[in-house]
Formats: sequence, C-alpha cells, structure tokens
Amino acid sequence: MIAEYGHVALIIALCLSVAQAIVPMAGSFAGYRTWMRLGHSLALGQLVFVAISFACLTGAFLQDDFSLQYVANNSNTLLPTQFKISAVWGAHEGSLLLWALILAVWSAAVALFSGHLPLVLSSRVLSILGAISVGFGLFILLTSNPFARILPFSPTEGGDLNPLLQDFGLIVHPPMLYMGYVGFSVAFAFAVAALIGGQFDSAWARWARPWINSAWVFLTIGITLGSWWAYYELGWGGWWFWDPVENASLMPWLVGTALVHSISVTEKRGAFRSWTLLLAILAFSLSLLGTFLVRSGVLTSVHAFANDPERGIFILAFLGLVVGSSLLLFALRGPVVQRQQGDAEVVSYSGLSREMMLLLNNVLLVSAMAMILIGTLYPLIADVLELGKISVGPPYFNFFFVPMTLGLMVAMGFAVFSRWKKTDAQMLRQKGMVPFLISLGAALILPLFLAESMSWKAYSITAAITLGASFWVVTMSIEDLWQKLDRGSSKRGSRLKNLTKLPGSYWGMQVAHVGIAVCALGVGLSSVYDVQKDVRMVPGDRVEVAGYEFAFDSLDFVQGPNFGASRGQISAYKNDRLVAVLYPEKRKYEARNQVMTEAALDAGLTRDLYVSLGEPLKGDAWAIRLHVKPFVRCIWLGGLMIGLGGLLSVMDKRYRRRRQSGAKLSAQSAAAEAVTQ
Amino acid sequence: MNRLTLFIPFALCLALGAFLFFSLGKDPLDLPSALVDEAFPEFALEELHEPERQLSTDDFDGQVLLVNVWATWCFACRVEHPWLNSLAKEGVVIVGLNYKDHRKLAQDWLQERGDPYQFSIFDPRGVLGIDLGVYGAPETYLVDAEGIIRHRRVGVVDERVWNEEFRDLYQQLVDEANAE
Repeated sequence: MIAEYGHVALIIALCLSVAQAIVPMAGSFAGYRTWMRLGHSLALGQLVFVAISFACLTGAFLQDDFSLQYVANNSNTLLPTQFKISAVWGAHEGSLLLWALILAVWSAAVALFSGHLPLVLSSRVLSILGAISVGFGLFILLTSNPFARILPFSPTEGGDLNPLLQDFGLIVHPPMLYMGYVGFSVAFAFAVAALIGGQFDSAWARWARPWINSAWVFLTIGITLGSWWAYYELGWGGWWFWDPVENASLMPWLVGTALVHSISVTEKRGAFRSWTLLLAILAFSLSLLGTFLVRSGVLTSVHAFANDPERGIFILAFLGLVVGSSLLLFALRGPVVQRQQGDAEVVSYSGLSREMMLLLNNVLLVSAMAMILIGTLYPLIADVLELGKISVGPPYFNFFFVPMTLGLMVAMGFAVFSRWKKTDAQMLRQKGMVPFLISLGAALILPLFLAESMSWKAYSITAAITLGASFWVVTMSIEDLWQKLDRGSSKRGSRLKNLTKLPGSYWGMQVAHVGIAVCALGVGLSSVYDVQKDVRMVPGDRVEVAGYEFAFDSLDFVQGPNFGASRGQISAYKNDRLVAVLYPEKRKYEARNQVMTEAALDAGLTRDLYVSLGEPLKGDAWAIRLHVKPFVRCIWLGGLMIGLGGLLSVMDKRYRRRRQSGAKLSAQSAAAEAVTQ
Repeated sequence: MNRLTLFIPFALCLALGAFLFFSLGKDPLDLPSALVDEAFPEFALEELHEPERQLSTDDFDGQVLLVNVWATWCFACRVEHPWLNSLAKEGVVIVGLNYKDHRKLAQDWLQERGDPYQFSIFDPRGVLGIDLGVYGAPETYLVDAEGIIRHRRVGVVDERVWNEEFRDLYQQLVDEANAE
C-alpha cells in the first residue's frame, strides 16, 4: 500500500505544480494579488506532497518491498540500512524523484524568503519554477515511475545496489550535486521573470544574487565530493576522468562561476545585463543537458542496461521547450532590458578596469565550457555525420583546460587588484611587483626542494608553473587585503577597524580565489610527483616507494553484512618509523557476485598513501598497487574553500536586508562600495 | 548591440537540439538494425559446460536458430527463461550466449531453472558481445540457415513478443530451409 500512497502523492504534487505554473503568472498579468500570492502556498503544498512521495519510496526500501521493480533492482535484504536509504537515489527513477524533491525545496525556499521582493516578480519566479516541476513530474510519472509494481510474480529477493554506490560518498554526493543543478533553476526563473517583466536592474541583481551564489556553492561542494568519492572508491587513485557524467556537472559549474562574477558587475555597475541573463539561462540549460546526456543513454556505454529511448525523447523535448523558449524570449525581449541601461548613466569603463577583468574571466570560463561541451558531444556529432565512432579522451580536455586555467589564474591576480571603471596602471605595476617576485622565486626554487624530497624526481617545469601561478594568486590577494587595511588614516587600530568593516562578499572572494590556487596546487603537484608501483607481494614482503617502506603483514578473510572480503594489512614506514597501517580490501558482493576493490589510504595534507589490492596471484601472492600521492588532498581542500567562499558571499549582510527605502539603501551601498574599493 | 545577435544563442540551441535529436535516432537500441541481414560474427569461445570444447559459427550447423544473450546477474533473464524452456520443448533450436558471467554460477542457474539451450557459448569478457553490439542482457537474435541474422530483439522474449515478432519469420525461415 505504501507505494500507492507515494504514487498518489506524486500525482497530487503534479496537479499542484500545474496550478503553480498557471495561476500566479495569470494573476501577474491580470493584476490579481490573491492569484499571485497563491503561488507561495502552492509551492509549499507541492513540497509537502513530493516529500510524502519520497518518504513512501524510502519506506518501500526499508521494508524490502521487492514487488516494486525499482526496489527489486536496487536493494537487497542484506543491504545495510543506511545504504537502503541512499539506494532510493541510486538509480534513474529515484534520482529523478530526488530531483523533483529538491526542486520543490528550492521553490518553497523562494516562497518563504521572497517577502522583500515585489509580488509580481516573486509570483512569476514561482510560476516558472512550477512549470519546470510540471515537466519533471510528468517525466517521472510517464516514463520513470519508481512506484511501478512487478505483479503477479514479484521476486523474493532484490538484485542489490551496485556495490560502487554502497558508500558514504553516494549518500551525500548526489543530493549536493542536485541542490546545485536544481538551484540554477531559481536563477533561470529569475532571469525569465526579468525578461517577461522587462525590469532588469541592480535591484534585480541584488535579489537574485544570493540564490545564484547558494546554488553555485552546492554545485561546487557536490563536484568536490564526487571527485573525492571517485578517488577513494574506484580504487585506482584517479580523481577526475573527463567522462560525460563529470563533464555534465563541470559545464554548469563553469557557467555558474561566470554568472557569479558577471552578476556582480550587473549589481554594482549596471553593466553586462543581457550577458548575465544569458548566463543564468545557460547555467540551468546545461544542468538539464547534463541530465539528458546521463539519462537518455545517448552517451552511455554498451554496458548500460535498460535505457529507454522514450525517456531520451521526453527529456529532449522538455529541454528544447525550456531552453528554446527562454532563448527566444531572450532574443525578443533583450532590447527592452538593454534600453533601461540608458536611464541613469552610460556605463563606461576603460581597458584596464575591473569590468574588463571580469569580462576576461567570463570569456575564459565560457570558452572552457564550450570546449568541454564540444569534447563531450563530439562523439555524438561524429556519429550523426557518419564520421565513425570516436571517443574524446583526457588528452584533448587537458590540452585546452590546463592553459585556460593558468590564464584565469594570472588574470585573477590582477583582477583582485583592479578597480571599477579604471585602474591606474602605474599603481598596478607598483603593487604587483612584490607578489610577482615572490611567485617567480617560488616557481624557480620550490621545485628544487620538492624534487629533493619526492624521491629524487627531476626539476619539473609543470610544478614550477603551478607553483608560480598559485603563489601569484595568493600573494596578490594578500597584497590587496593589506592595502584595504592600510586605507584611511595611519592611526593605530584603524587597520583592525578596517578589517571588521570588510563585507562578507569580499572575504568570500578572497577565500574562493585562494581555494582555486590551493586546488590548482593539488592538481599540478600531485600529477607531477605522484609515484605508483604495481608489485607482487606475499605476506612478509617489504617494498620501498618514494621514501616510504610498505610491509605486507598479513591477509585475512572478513565477512561484511552483504559481502565477503580478502583484507590485507599493510604497514607503511618512513625512516623505520611506523606511519600508518592500511587495510585494503577485495570485496565480493554476494547478491550480484560483483568484485570491488576497496582501497585503503592514509590521508595527509602533504601526501596520501594509497594502497589497493589487485588480483590474487599464485600461492599467497597478491598483485598490489602502492601509491604515494603528494598534495593530492589540496584538490578537495581547495574545492571546499571555493565553496566556503561562495557561502561567505551568500551571507553578506547586504542581501539579508528587508525592504528599505531607496535612499537609505543607496547610501548604504555607496558606503559598502567605498570600503570595497 | 545588433538586434540579430541576440538570436545567436537561440540559433545555436536549435542546431544543438537537432543534433541531439538525430543522435537519439542513433540510440544504441537502433544500432542493431545495422547487423540485421549481416552474417553472425565469427567467434571462437568455450562451451559453458564443457570448457575443452571450442565453439564457432560452424556449430550452428546450418540450422535456423535463436541466439539468446543472458547472464545470471540479469534480472529480466529470469522472467523470459520459462518461455525459452517451453520454446525448446516445441523444438525451436536455441543457443545460449552466457554474457560476462561466472561459469559455476551460470551452470547452477541452468541446473535450477532448466536448460533450453542446445549448447551455451561462454563469453566471460563480452568479446562476442562487442562484435554483436550487445546492448544489455537479455537479447535474442534470430539466425537463418545461412548464418545471417534476420531479427534482433533487445529485452525480454516472452509469449507476446514471440507471437508478434518472431513466430511468422521463424516459420518462414524454417520452411525455406526445408525446401532447399
């Protein structure tokens, strides 16, 4: 029964979202305030019913109701409880339900926290969100119903969750990622509402900005978690594979990053208006495109099962409708939005202004996105044009992405320092000199030390470039901070006072930029100094890798809840001192009879020790892979810092102010401006 | 900004949509049509029950037959299995292609559920699967007396599917083979 309740709740939610899509929008044109206000209640109601539906599916998993096709395919009586819950979003149908739930959460959040917005705007935003959720509701109910029963011959035992997904990473990674993906729907709805209303100004940017930033924070953290999960769970120590699923999440992130920057120009300077709108539409479109690519089966390998072309058609039609109509609206209404520009002043800026730097940032980020999009879709395009089946691999992506990232980092150092309208080139040269010299020094000297400590590798140009770029970003950020503190009188204590006056968005920017540097440092150094050895070992053997000695102590058999595992014990020594004891496993999951490599690792800021069991060889011997990965942790530390930066920016006080008189508001923003400059 | 440049994103979106639409037409499920009316790919693999026995297309022996791709990990295979058993009883020749599986498990599975296969090709690494373009298990191919694939079904073959897609074609092929 519980599944039927879930099914019915989902249908009710769909009906509510239809009303949510139509009523407030109609009200906004007819001027009926009650109709417009109804959007808020409908959004909350929709959340309640989607949540009930989601809870019912979770209940079905907890009760091992294998008469549900979806549960039978993805669960098993032996599956530990926490994975029964995460199995709810472990496959197609449930992850779509999670999508719908998160969309409902965002809509409800908009309904609750939009009291300071003009009712016309908030009702239109909610209506557009409602329309999106109609699309997803229909998609779930028509093509991917998680509540479908297998009757009358329902199985007594389920097929089990894919062992790769039986992991903490899967519990947290998809919800985070979806919070980001779906969060961009709010940015999208704001953009479309602005296009419909023709009102698009600094106030709009100030309202939309916290929503955009928070979606971007979730996406950042989601991608970071995904990469971390791939690193420890896939068992061979890679952390990014440029596969279509990853690219699908990186593309909206890149556009989202561009959006986060361009909207600051729109807010502070009133420029880049249509560009900001376009990016907002694009970020969500790419999220949908990602869903299409992953779910339609056009890009999955031969090993994927049960892909349904009907689903692909549905998502494509939905994608076409959402993206096509919004871009058409953009093309038709864009001039109206631009015309407002002339109302106050002509926005002008010189070649060396902050506007220009942010434009450069946007161009680089969007080009990076375009090149990933081309790389991801090229196999499809080649197939359609009958050029044969081609796959595009990491070399292509690295070839473009690495130089672009370095370019971004160099520009980032300058950008932090630049000023709106016009930057004094003389000042830039003066203040940039010290950071430049420090970075140059770091680039030249540090690789020598690293080469020394990392098992006598040769001097590495890649490491030098990475270090130089990272130091450049960090030192320029510090220099800028220092200058801000120095401003005003030279009285004692004024620095501290200035420190407390800096707005949250400034700290956000600083933390996120340093995060980029840390992440780049991790990527560069770990790929240069990574040492890996595949060895044959019997218990008792010792092998030396990059200054560490690994001793294979013993091998045991352990029984888990739904798997049996061979578990090795490997001790790592440095200079004869025990550093870590590692327990890599080779698991065999009983239900699907699938073998999984569970790597063991000892994490540290400057290096990870990473050990995985390969195949058993003759006798007691095992093929074992030993890894020493310097600085690999910095990749995710950097990712988290970027997310934290976004969070600080979201929490900036100026977005939390309620309705205020225009004069007061502009006085305050002028004051904030004075501090930021 | 020129009014028309605002339409560029829309135009790009249309172009991309068209590409995606055509690649949907090229969906892996449609690929098999390329193999229909082509010869069954050559292979050299072990028999499931008799590892020492090497199988190839010669073992098809000029019979009209079904090649059924299955595995123990494949849920839907359990669903279609009873129907395959009854087809075998009617005298339809079925060859099993055990796909990406473990020998012992597969043997036990057939022991338990009945073995409708004249013989079973054991393809643990999916070599033949790649040549055939196997999309997922279960899949069923109808091969004529000349060893040409005449029909392919991705997914379960049950009574309904058999009657709709296979029965007439199968009968026609058998009649042709007998007439020669």
